[in-house]
Amino acid sequence: MALKIVAACVNCWACEPLCPSQAISAAVPHFIIDAKKCTECDGDYADAQCASICPIECAIVDGFDMPLNPPGSLTNIPPERLAALG
Amino acid sequence: MATTPIEIGKKSGCAASSCGSTSDQMSHLPEHIRERVFNHPCYSEQAHHHFARMHVAVAPACNIQCNYCNRKYDCANESRPGVVSELLHPDQAIKKVIAVAAAIPQMTVVGIAGPGDPLANPERTFATFRGIAEYAPDIKLCVSTNGLSLPQHAEELSRHNIDHVTITINTLDEEIGAEIYPWVFWNHRRIRGRAAARILIEQQQRGLEMLTERGVLVKVNSVMIPGVNDSHLKEVSRVVKSKGAFLHNVMPLIAEVEHGTYYGVMEQPSPTAQELQALQDACAGDMNMMRHCRQCRADAVGLLGEDRGAEFTLDKIEAMEFDYEEIRARRAAVQSAIAEEMNKPKVQVATVSLASLKRRAVATPPVLMAVASKGGNVVNQHFGHATEFLVYEASEAGVRFVGTRRTDQYCVGSDHCDEGEDKLALAITALDGCRAVLCARIGITPWEALEAAGIKPDSDHAMEPIEEAVAALYAAMAEAGELSDAPSVGASVA
Ligand code: SF4
Ligand code: SF4
Repeated sequence: MALKIVAACVNCWACEPLCPSQAISAAVPHFIIDAKKCTECDGDYADAQCASICPIECAIVDGFDMPLNPPGSLTNIPPERLAALG
Repeated sequence: MATTPIEIGKKSGCAASSCGSTSDQMSHLPEHIRERVFNHPCYSEQAHHHFARMHVAVAPACNIQCNYCNRKYDCANESRPGVVSELLHPDQAIKKVIAVAAAIPQMTVVGIAGPGDPLANPERTFATFRGIAEYAPDIKLCVSTNGLSLPQHAEELSRHNIDHVTITINTLDEEIGAEIYPWVFWNHRRIRGRAAARILIEQQQRGLEMLTERGVLVKVNSVMIPGVNDSHLKEVSRVVKSKGAFLHNVMPLIAEVEHGTYYGVMEQPSPTAQELQALQDACAGDMNMMRHCRQCRADAVGLLGEDRGAEFTLDKIEAMEFDYEEIRARRAAVQSAIAEEMNKPKVQVATVSLASLKRRAVATPPVLMAVASKGGNVVNQHFGHATEFLVYEASEAGVRFVGTRRTDQYCVGSDHCDEGEDKLALAITALDGCRAVLCARIGITPWEALEAAGIKPDSDHAMEPIEEAVAALYAAMAEAGELSDAPSVGASVA
């Protein structure tokens, strides 16, 4: 049971101080979650803290590689519109 | 700096914003506030030619989303959109401040404005302020915030040497807020829609009240978003003033598709320079307006409108050594010399007689005129070198400063702007609505292009004091009948 930060991450630091398990650290090319430490915030918070503040859609994914913040969910920009721009 | 008196019978019942107003926005302020901000380059049109400021980018995280921001770049509230600053650790930021203070003794102000929200990174922000206060206690500190965490930190802010806090307040209405902010992070949850806007608005207003109660100067920034909050901003101005904010800075939305922001991608129009000015004029009856804001980037260094950031990159400052006492003494000497210079009585500007105008059956309407100036309140810049123009409204009642127009405001890519022709096109876009542009010199190509765009180029008043030059040109154009068809400008609200 762990979340994962993927390439979309912009290294904004927002998630790092919020993690109750100190599972997140700065790294190159982007932040990483230590899968052994991540509890998905179970027992600490109702929502995964990193995914609740992360401003970037698709930067954090679950064990099935499904983004916790799918396209269009944070900026309200319709995904088709973004796709059309390339 | 006084308005050039143009002796025509004084109109009665005109707005406070135009009567007795001067080009220096500071004159509206109570004495104790004016004393605190006279050498602040961002608040005084006069000070910005003399004193320098720098921003340090120590605060990466943010706790809200604004529709004019793309978090791949710096916060768009205070800094320029589409820019990425080099993130500094507090120790590096302190060292950079010392390095800049040594090289630029005119520096009076250090601000933290991003790249995220300074109060969403309280440890980094306050560590930076503590370090600066230790090594350079005379330097003023300022901080900008979206306000969400402000009540939590208001007490600590008032204990530091932080006397200027900027809060970006775009609305007081949660319905409008829901259109500007898709979400906020609050109490460990992401909150969306009207509930999110309600929390943000409450926190901003409470933070504003807490700061003014504690004697901290508060400036309010608002981003003007046509069709969303533009008609509501007059109310914002009135309310924040009643709660003790000392300045209101209405900035234009800057939305370009390539910035990847919601407003950029959805092609939300930005206000034109004239729409912005009309709103600033409308708010000015309630509030001191800040008209010369340059929307600096989060790591800007130097005099307003210039950026010497490249001289102070991390690798360069790491290698520098400093004698703090010596630097502080030099800074004090340079700054007191500037203050003396600024306080010298200004050369009395000649009275321009518009007696001839009084006989005209139809009054000459007010018009906007742009000036290329390197500072010193003189028309002294080559048209082609200007990256911004000072805009004045000339009318039968006198000449008043109404704002600045940057040519790179409309610039989309850095390489782009170096091209002569593009630069000229950008300058002409920036001058939209102006009837004339006064400069020290100008080439034949831009001269013709300006004329074709209905903007009269003028270099006859080179090296003259700006207000005298604008008044003289206005009088001459009025005399020649060139202004009788001018559309009225500036929608002054009485
Ligand atoms: S889900 Fe919770 S525990 Fe896991 S990395 Fe994110 S914040 Fe830390
Ligand atoms: S909040 Fe998101 S974008 Fe920011 S560092 Fe964490 S994973 Fe990356």
